[in-house]
Amino acid sequence: MGKMDQHTAVVTVVGQDTIGIIARVSAILSENQVNIKDITQTILEDIFTMIMIVDLEKSTQDIKTIGGQLEQLGNDMGLSIRIQHSGLFNAMHRI
Amino acid sequence: MITDFEILETIRMFQEQHLDVRTITMGINLMDCSTASAETTCQRIYDKICKKAENLVKTGEDISREYQIPIIHKRISVTPISIVAASSGVSDYTCFAHALDRAAKACGVNFIGGFSALVQKGYTESDIRLIESIPESLATTDFVCSSVNLATSRTGINMDAVRDMGRIIKRTAELTADRDAIGCAKLVVFANAPEDNPFMAGAFLGPGEPECVINVGISGPGVIKSALETVRGQDLGVVAETIKRAAFKITRVGELVAREASSRLNVPFGIIDLSLAPTPVVGDSIARILEEFGLESCGAWGTTAALAMLNDAMKKGGTMASSFVGGLSGAFIPVSEDEGMIAAAASGALTLEKLEAMTCVCSVGLDMVAIPGNTSAEIISGIIADEMAVGTFNNKTTAVRIIPTPGKDVGDFVEFGGLLGSAPIIRVNPASCAEFIHRGGRVPAPIHSMRN
Repeated sequence: MGKMDQHTAVVTVVGQDTIGIIARVSAILSENQVNIKDITQTILEDIFTMIMIVDLEKSTQDIKTIGGQLEQLGNDMGLSIRIQHSGLFNAMHRI
Repeated sequence: MITDFEILETIRMFQEQHLDVRTITMGINLMDCSTASAETTCQRIYDKICKKAENLVKTGEDISREYQIPIIHKRISVTPISIVAASSGVSDYTCFAHALDRAAKACGVNFIGGFSALVQKGYTESDIRLIESIPESLATTDFVCSSVNLATSRTGINMDAVRDMGRIIKRTAELTADRDAIGCAKLVVFANAPEDNPFMAGAFLGPGEPECVINVGISGPGVIKSALETVRGQDLGVVAETIKRAAFKITRVGELVAREASSRLNVPFGIIDLSLAPTPVVGDSIARILEEFGLESCGAWGTTAALAMLNDAMKKGGTMASSFVGGLSGAFIPVSEDEGMIAAAASGALTLEKLEAMTCVCSVGLDMVAIPGNTSAEIISGIIADEMAVGTFNNKTTAVRIIPTPGKDVGDFVEFGGLLGSAPIIRVNPASCAEFIHRGGRVPAPIHSMRN
């Protein structure tokens, strides 16, 4: 997983596995000029979990707007999709 | 390098375990609003609050969306009004409460604290005017919270004020009788009141505080409960360690929000209040954490020991996570705001006497306890006196926020709605303490106050 800095955010997708999740999330990110630095995904007991580390440095929109678009997609697909500044995870898990 | 496991753990804390930041509270100094005219003072109070807190709510909402951290309340605390209003020349201070209420509404916050007086050693004339104005003020405002500090470990207990506050609480209940005495939910009396507390109803900005400051109150009973579910049956050392680890993570979220809010608002960061604050939602209860220790019900024997351990481990984990910890910092045990407490009080497992014992080892005191409406002012003062003694003689904060609900008795329920929740009326020992209360005077400071 890449280095975390002020432009780094974490996208998480949790829910029922269906066709096209990565494609549709990636489409929104690419439309906003958000670079995907890392993707991992697992399926635990049929629950699809995807984590993306993304870089917002060249993003054409702010994180709130992108968050709104991803949330809308999540609602359409019946998934929970969120984007958060990586600072939260550093604060909670590193001394 | 953050691992997937850590990311998912964080997501679960927010999605399933109700982790949130309970409040961002902006403290605003109002001492420079004082004038010889009540009208001008009120205008200055309103203008200053609206200017300082103009962007408070929006900033809180922005941070909440960008980090996906729920921030439940944005609130304001101000200099005790008994100080600000002292030279205004009026005897009724209700107008100042109205000014605070208008300012709170204009800023979009849901509570404003500081209709307060600090009388631990005696009354000023202004303190008396403020205290006599509390019932009317709380009955005619929506968002104003009031607090009175009656005792400190340094000075002892002002028993005249203890006597008077019994009467004031009764009167506040009567004036809001049509709303289950909700005025009393906005009124708290303290021993050793912290001057940087971000939580209501007791928030005010103490005289030693800066011009403007951001204090943040965290929460997270659900996270602690879930963490403890993973160590069932293991010894108490493991339990303490588990609480500490979870408390560290919760506090770091608060610290992040506080620093971010402070920098965006260009207001200094004051403290993180490491409190476990429950809500009436299932899964957000302190009582259920205590039960997770292995108790059938909160209030059972063992409850005080479990609470003492919980409170201590919270602080140990939290102080590692932030260098600036203050306020109340500990587990709250408000009855009406905690689903497990409500159940324990309704079943009879949790009594007022057991709650009093619990306040010896947690951060506040008898909080949001509904009692029969016919309880006398003297008995309410007696309950307050006991709590003040617990705080004063043990060098800790204690408080009483008690609701003598008119027309209701043991077996009835009161409903406040929202985060204030609902509560069963709890039995009060009816034996009289009237003679003791009417003696008045001061309880001298305990011997350990002499530290110089």
